[in-house]
Amino acid sequence: MILHRRRLLTATAGLAGASLLGGCDRFAGTDAGRRTLSIGEDANLYVQRLLMSGMTTAREFPESMISPWFKPNGSIDPPDTAYKALAAKNFSDFKLKVDGLVDTPLSLSLADLRALPSRTQITRHDCVEGWSCIGKWSGVPLSEVLKRAGLKPQARYAVLHCADTLEYASDDGAWVQPSHPNTVREAHAAYVQLAAADDWGGSPTGAASNGEKDPDATDGRRPIRYYESIDLFDAFNPQTILAYDLNGKALPVSNGAPLRLRVERQLGYKNAKYVMRVEMVSSLAGFGDGKGGYWEDRGYEWYAGI
Amino acid sequence: MDASPALNAPDKAAPERVGPNGRRLIYRHPLVIRLTHWINAAVLLVLLMSGLQIFNAHPALYWGAVSTFDTPALAITSEESGGANRGVVYLGNHKFDTTGVLGLSKDRGVESERAFPSWITLPANQDLATGRRWHFLFAWFLVINGALYLLYGLFSGQLRRRLIPEGDQIRDFSGSVKEHLLLKFPEGEEAKRYNVIQKLTYLGVVLVLLPAMVLAGLAMSPGVDAAWPWLTELFGGRQSARSVHFIAAGLLVLFVVVHLVLVLVSGVVNNLRGMITGWFSIGKVRPAGEEAR
Repeated sequence: MILHRRRLLTATAGLAGASLLGGCDRFAGTDAGRRTLSIGEDANLYVQRLLMSGMTTAREFPESMISPWFKPNGSIDPPDTAYKALAAKNFSDFKLKVDGLVDTPLSLSLADLRALPSRTQITRHDCVEGWSCIGKWSGVPLSEVLKRAGLKPQARYAVLHCADTLEYASDDGAWVQPSHPNTVREAHAAYVQLAAADDWGGSPTGAASNGEKDPDATDGRRPIRYYESIDLFDAFNPQTILAYDLNGKALPVSNGAPLRLRVERQLGYKNAKYVMRVEMVSSLAGFGDGKGGYWEDRGYEWYAGI
Repeated sequence: MDASPALNAPDKAAPERVGPNGRRLIYRHPLVIRLTHWINAAVLLVLLMSGLQIFNAHPALYWGAVSTFDTPALAITSEESGGANRGVVYLGNHKFDTTGVLGLSKDRGVESERAFPSWITLPANQDLATGRRWHFLFAWFLVINGALYLLYGLFSGQLRRRLIPEGDQIRDFSGSVKEHLLLKFPEGEEAKRYNVIQKLTYLGVVLVLLPAMVLAGLAMSPGVDAAWPWLTELFGGRQSARSVHFIAAGLLVLFVVVHLVLVLVSGVVNNLRGMITGWFSIGKVRPAGEEAR
């Protein structure tokens, strides 16, 4: 009798558990579910901003703690025609565009950027997947660049447009199977890479185009390139730099040559590689799915301070 | 009478009544304790499953500030062995074959390379983004619920009364160990309070394990690390904090398993009624003149 009751209880609990958890996955797939689950991100942003000032910097480490190997992740060798052309000439033709809600749009070569005030910092890079590496970055503080361009009062975000295509979308909005869903698999570390959440959508960014025909767009196929965004709180932090050197040498292609963002109080995916253009905007609505970044459009938090 | 005076003091005694079958019922768990207990149980389940989802994104642990990719302290992976794929766990230099559960398991019939199997992760699919959303939302629930419990426990005196061992209990520690090993549980007056092992375990979970869990979680956050670098240092670096978070999760699972087993063997119906309605039976009413022990 007791045994029966016990078995019944266990069975009921098991059934309840299974349907509850199946329900969890269904819930997370709905709009209401996504909105609810995003409350945690809002709370984290709010509370972490209370704990920090704009000038709060991430920890810096001694040279002796620099990781022997700085794990490249995401794109490690962009397939894009324009990028390959730049890389072939060692980025001598590279020009960083700074535009959008600025008084003076800029176009800066690597030599121009290196002539600006620089900052070197040894910081820890924390990937959303869980691993960390320490590297020494040198670059120009984003604030120095933005000061020279001059912000219009409506500017609230810096959108970073990158050179690397991660996948392709068809023009009619239907999906084309990503050519490299997520790229890197290190030979000795068969770890799962940043996986896109199907549930969260993700669509092409209209970002990089400025009227010109994209050489990588073919009939019915448009490249989806990486992009990211930060707000002014992070853009003007002294550690937020456009880095051109890693560990005292020019940034390797696998780590984002010729220029990558370092935004040290947030996770790795905010630290966009292959930065081609900084566009100041008042809203993130016009880019991709409007969530403020390639991974954000695929369900990851815009605020990646945790 | 061997019950401590504190238990019998009129202002401290839990309400008591006689149940329908002549059983002595005490009001063991006040409403706040019952509510926070069940919320905690549900929240911990979601945190565990979404936590394993997050772990699966990089199923290796390290010690110190950074990842030493070639020499993880623990790694769950899969590898080719004799023409077949095997799930393996590396613990330092030791290797264990865990095919079917860890490293390589069936996900709805399809063999898949994943550290923890789909039936124990949230979401079931490999989906780090959604796993993180669940984890961070429910982490807030854990903290708020835990704070409610602690505040109530402190101000009502429940925490001290329920969880701090009394002098006689500490003196008879070995007696309590023996009771546990024999799975003999007290009735009557002695059943009105938790035994000493119970008290110390709950104290450890409430005041050490769960706070360590939350702090180690926060120590992994680059934002918190910028604001409070001492916290990450306290754990010996970010990757150490991640390892501590994982180990603490394991200890919590161990606690829950032992807790559930003891709930089952020490009278599952009575225990469940206690934690649902508050009323807990401490045995039959004795005829007048017969002492509880």
